[in-house]
Amino acid sequence: MARLIKDRAVVEDQWLLVRDAIEPNFLEGLDGQDVIVPLQVWLLQREAVSMRKGRTGVWLQSHELPQSIAEDLPSLAVIALEFPIFSDGRAYTSARELRENLGYKGELRAIGDVLCDQLFYMSRCGFNAFAMRPDQNLDVATLRFEDFKDGYQASVDKPLPLFRRRG
Amino acid sequence: MYQYDEYDHQMLADRIAQFRDQTARFLSGELAPAEFLPLRLQNGLYVQRLAPMLRIAIPYGMLSSKQLRKLAYIADHFDKGYGHFTTRQNIQFNWPAIADVPDILAHLAEVEMHAIQTSGNCIRNTTTDQFAGSAANEIEDSRPYCEIIRQWSTFHPEFAYLPRKFKIAVCGTQDDQAATQVHDIGLFIVRNDEGETGFRVLAGGGLGRTPVIGKEIRAFLPKQHLLSYLDAILRVYNREGRRDNKYKARIKILVKETGVENFREKVEKEWRKLKDGPLTLTDTEFQRCKRFFHDPAYKHFEPQSPALEKALNTDVLFSSWYEQNVSAHKKPGYGIVTICLKKTGVAPGDLTSEQMNFVADLAERFSFGELRVSHEQNLILADVEKDTLHSLWRALKSQDLHAPNLGLLTDIICCPGGDFCSLANAKSIPIAEAIQRRFDDAERLRQIGKLSVNISGCMNACGHHHVGNIGILGVDKKGAEFYQISLGGSAENTTALGDIIGPSFAQEDVPEVMDKLIGVFERYKLADERFVDTYRRIGMTPFKEDVYGKAD
Repeated sequence: MARLIKDRAVVEDQWLLVRDAIEPNFLEGLDGQDVIVPLQVWLLQREAVSMRKGRTGVWLQSHELPQSIAEDLPSLAVIALEFPIFSDGRAYTSARELRENLGYKGELRAIGDVLCDQLFYMSRCGFNAFAMRPDQNLDVATLRFEDFKDGYQASVDKPLPLFRRRG
Repeated sequence: MYQYDEYDHQMLADRIAQFRDQTARFLSGELAPAEFLPLRLQNGLYVQRLAPMLRIAIPYGMLSSKQLRKLAYIADHFDKGYGHFTTRQNIQFNWPAIADVPDILAHLAEVEMHAIQTSGNCIRNTTTDQFAGSAANEIEDSRPYCEIIRQWSTFHPEFAYLPRKFKIAVCGTQDDQAATQVHDIGLFIVRNDEGETGFRVLAGGGLGRTPVIGKEIRAFLPKQHLLSYLDAILRVYNREGRRDNKYKARIKILVKETGVENFREKVEKEWRKLKDGPLTLTDTEFQRCKRFFHDPAYKHFEPQSPALEKALNTDVLFSSWYEQNVSAHKKPGYGIVTICLKKTGVAPGDLTSEQMNFVADLAERFSFGELRVSHEQNLILADVEKDTLHSLWRALKSQDLHAPNLGLLTDIICCPGGDFCSLANAKSIPIAEAIQRRFDDAERLRQIGKLSVNISGCMNACGHHHVGNIGILGVDKKGAEFYQISLGGSAENTTALGDIIGPSFAQEDVPEVMDKLIGVFERYKLADERFVDTYRRIGMTPFKEDVYGKAD
C-alpha cells in the first residue's frame, strides 16, 4: 500500500485514487474501498458514488474551481488538488478558498507533482496531506514543514498576519 | 530606514538554511535542474551566458552606507570587483559561483539584505520614487507602504508559483518617477475629499513583448485595505492568468482578455470575502512602519545658502552639475543629489567596489548615512545641506562620479544585454557607449535638454525601451544584431509608449541615426521645448524623412 504524509507523519494511504473513469461501471468491485474520484465523475454520478460502501473523496484538476463542490463539502472526507507540475500554483489558491471561504474541515490532499521543497507553502495554504511524487523521500520531506518558524501573511495555519501578532 | 526585528532576522536565517540545503542537493545531483530552477530564481540566482548572476534586492531603493560597504565586500570577495544597478532598483553581480551563493546570502543577512524573490514567477521587489520622503512635491512618503508590501509579498505562500513574474510600484509624489503606470500593479497615493489617505489602483501595466499602460481598477482604496485588495488581485491572477503560453502569462494579458470592467468585478468579488478581515491594516502597524522613515535630524536653514551661491558663481563645472543633478528638497537649505552612473565608457549602472566604499563614506559625511537607487540606474543622496554641495561635488569628482548629465541624452537606461544576459538578442552596453561618445559634450547635451534614451537587448524590455523618449531595442535579424528605434515614449505622469520609426538599423549606424533625430528636433524645437513635446507636436514624419530619406 502506498504511503503518504498526513498531519506531518508518514502513514499508509487508505484511499484509492481513481485517475479517470472511462468505464461506466468502474465502481463495481470497489465496494468497501475508500475512493477519490475525479470532479467530473462526482458531478455526473454523485448518487452512485455516494450509495456504495466506503468513504468518498473528490479530486480537482488545477483549473477546476472548488465552488463546484461547495454544497458537497460536509459529505467529502477527502478533497485532493492536483499539481500537474509543481510550478502550476493554482491549487494554492484553491486550497485557501476551501479552508478559508468554504470552511472545509476534512483532509485536503496534494496529489501529482508534489515535491518536498513546496511542502511548507502548501501546508500554510491548508493542505494537510501529501501524496508525494514517488521519487521523494518521505522521511526527509516531513522535515520541510520546519523550514520557517513563522511567516508574515495571514494563512490557514496562522489566521492572524504577523503585524497583528508582533506586539 | 526600516530595521529588522527578531521575526525578520529569523525568517532570513531560515531562508538561508533552506537554500543552503537546496543548493547542496542540487550540486550533489539529488535535486534536478528543472526543480532547482524556481528555487534558485526565488533567491535571485540566474544561470547566465558566462556565469551565474545573483540579483540582490534593494527594497524600494533604500540603502545604508553599511549595506553599500557590504555590497563592495561581496564584489571583492565573490565577484570581479564591481556590481550593476538595475532598473528595478536592485543590484546584480555577474560572476559568483553557485556554491558560494548561500555564503553570500549569509553576508547580506548581516546587514538586513537578501535576494528573495528578485526573480521567478512571484511577487518581485516593490519599487518607488527615489526621492520618497525628501521630495518637494510629495503627497505622502511611500516607503512605509512599500515596507508593508515587502513583508506581505515576502514568502507569500499562495503566490510563489504565479503564471509569470509580478511587479508592484508605489508613487507618492506629484511627478511620477517610478514608471508606476507600466507595472503589473501601480499604486498612486491619493487623498480623498475627507483628507484620508488611500490608493488609486492600476492593474495590467507592463513592458516586455506586449507593452501596456495600466488601467485604473479603483479610484480610491482606503489605505487600511491595501493588503486585502492586493491579495484579491493576486488571487484572481493566480487562478485565471494564462499558463499555456509564457508570452501571454502576465496580468496585462488577463486584464485585456477579460476586459477591465469584468476584471474589476472579479477583484471586487474576491475582495468582499477578504475585506475587513485579519488583513485589514491597523493604525499600530502604520505607525510602526512610519517610525522607521521619520525625517532625519534636519538643521534649520534659510532658503538661500551664501556658500552655495558663491561656489555657483565661481565654479562653472560645479554650476552645471548643480543645475542638472541637484533636485528640490522639501526642507529649506537642503538638496537632493543624484550621482549619475552614466559616465561615458562605463556600462550604465556599473559601480566598482572602490567607488561603493567611497560613496558609502560620502553618504555618511553628507546625507545621514543613507542612499537611494533609482530605476534610471543612478544613486541618490537625498538629504544634503546646500552649504556642503560644493565639497560633495569635489569629492565625487575625485572618483569620476560627477557626470553632470542627469536626465540628459547620455543618462541612458541600459540593460546588461548580450554581453551578459542569455535572453538577449543583441548587445546593449556598446550601443550606449557609442551614443555617449557621439554626444560627449556637456554644453551640447544641455542645449538638447531633457531626453531619455532607453536601451533593451531584447523584447523583455529590462531597459524600458518602450517608455524612452528615444527607445532602442536589440533585435536578431538572420543572426545579425540590429536595432529598432522608437520615438515619443515617456515614463512620466503622461506615460506613453513609443512609436516605431521604421526598419531597424545596423549597430554601427545607430550613432548616426541618433544624430539625425537630434538634428530634426533642433530644427523644429520651440524655445525650451523638450524632445518628447516636440515629437508630440510635429509627429513622426519629419524624423522619418531625415533618417530614411524622403519617399519619392
